[in-house]
Amino acid sequence: MATDEGWLPALAGGIRLQFEQAQDSWVLLYPEGMARLNPSAAEILKRCDGSLSVKEITAELEIAFSTSNIEDEVQQLTQAAKQRGWLV
Amino acid sequence: MQATKAKTTPHTRDRVTPPFWVLAELTYQCPLHCAFCSNPVNLDAIKTELDTASWKDVLKQARALGAVQLGFSGGEPLQRDDLEELVAYAHGLGFYTNLITSGVGFNEARAKALKAAGLDHVQLSFQDSTPELNDFLSHTRTFDLKQRVAKLIKAQGWPMVINVVLHRHNLDHVATIIDMALELDAQYLELANTQYYGWAWKNRQALMPTRAQLVRAEAVVNDYRARIGQRCQLIFVVPDYFEGRPKPCMNGWGNVFLAIAPDGLAMPCHAARDLPGLELPNVRTSAISAIWYESAAFNAYRGEHWMAEPCRSCDERHHDFGGCRCQAWLMTGQAEQADPVCSKSPHHEKVTEVINRTTTGLVEQPLLFRQNPKSAQKRPVN
Repeated sequence: MATDEGWLPALAGGIRLQFEQAQDSWVLLYPEGMARLNPSAAEILKRCDGSLSVKEITAELEIAFSTSNIEDEVQQLTQAAKQRGWLV
Repeated sequence: MQATKAKTTPHTRDRVTPPFWVLAELTYQCPLHCAFCSNPVNLDAIKTELDTASWKDVLKQARALGAVQLGFSGGEPLQRDDLEELVAYAHGLGFYTNLITSGVGFNEARAKALKAAGLDHVQLSFQDSTPELNDFLSHTRTFDLKQRVAKLIKAQGWPMVINVVLHRHNLDHVATIIDMALELDAQYLELANTQYYGWAWKNRQALMPTRAQLVRAEAVVNDYRARIGQRCQLIFVVPDYFEGRPKPCMNGWGNVFLAIAPDGLAMPCHAARDLPGLELPNVRTSAISAIWYESAAFNAYRGEHWMAEPCRSCDERHHDFGGCRCQAWLMTGQAEQADPVCSKSPHHEKVTEVINRTTTGLVEQPLLFRQNPKSAQKRPVN
């Protein structure tokens, strides 16, 4: 898989991440549409603020959720979100 | 219509989901005179607009129900001088706010004020890719202005959707339309084949393209898609007359979409005003939750209970919902009929006749340009 070593993922312009009571979940909002996020996608995207690399996001999540070996998952999700224009 | 991009959770009979998309048609006033406008033809009959406080109340109620996406539309929403105030209020409620505009009335000062108010996205319409055709089709000199507006939108960092309504007179220009969108650096280009309601219904034969035009245009779009990749997303809104199957109109009646007209009428689809026998509720007299969950109008074609054959036993009914009620009514006189664009409809020949006339014995019909309301009152001063 392609890896961007120096990439500090951030939400693209016009993309908003917020919690929706009616959906009982975090959602990504973009022009005229919405994607409902599962809890792990939400935790990853919440950390995409342009200050952390994928490795750093992974490390944070592994500590916060007492888990390990999730870098592939973080890598896949951020790449997919980049493909869709949600992350830059 | 944009609701096709909304969430596509299918409606089930026992669970009515909250509205997702609210379309706030702030005014029917519009400086343009487009021949394909889907606003009602009898604009003169629609008088007083909702005032600022009433709109705020409507937005607050809709948001409390769970609505997320909000479109400010019209007419031309920039005709309202309280647009910035309403955007700020909606943003504060947590709506994702979309401005759907012709660009007329947009300038640097308003762009900055709308940005400060929290506007999330702007959709700008063009009628064609050259000043001559844009200005002919909108019956106004607006092309140069729209080019300037596109630059103002980009300067504020908004994602920009350019929308062009396609028909017989501009389908052959799709390549130059795409070039224009690329030059203006739009993130999305919506190539929306005309939907035949309102003024467009009156001009139906004059606007209807030939099948050959559509095939050529779609090939051009696919060719560009392969070449430009992610740079600009090309959305080709399918012309249902030529498809043989209906569009899942509004993603189902009363399922995700709630339109509020300038006079406060609440509609499950922005063309529903004309449907006979449908008593549309008004936000001046009913609460949004009562309108959405309980009103006869929003329940009339919700789910599948209303369907007649061939829809009732059709295995495609769960995803196309029998198509469009307004189109069924316009062509068959009965809203509960299958949408006649469906080849299974017993009225489908009404559609094929119109398509056949595009190539045989067509008498060129002059375009009838939209007349704007003469007697419509401005909204009352708060």
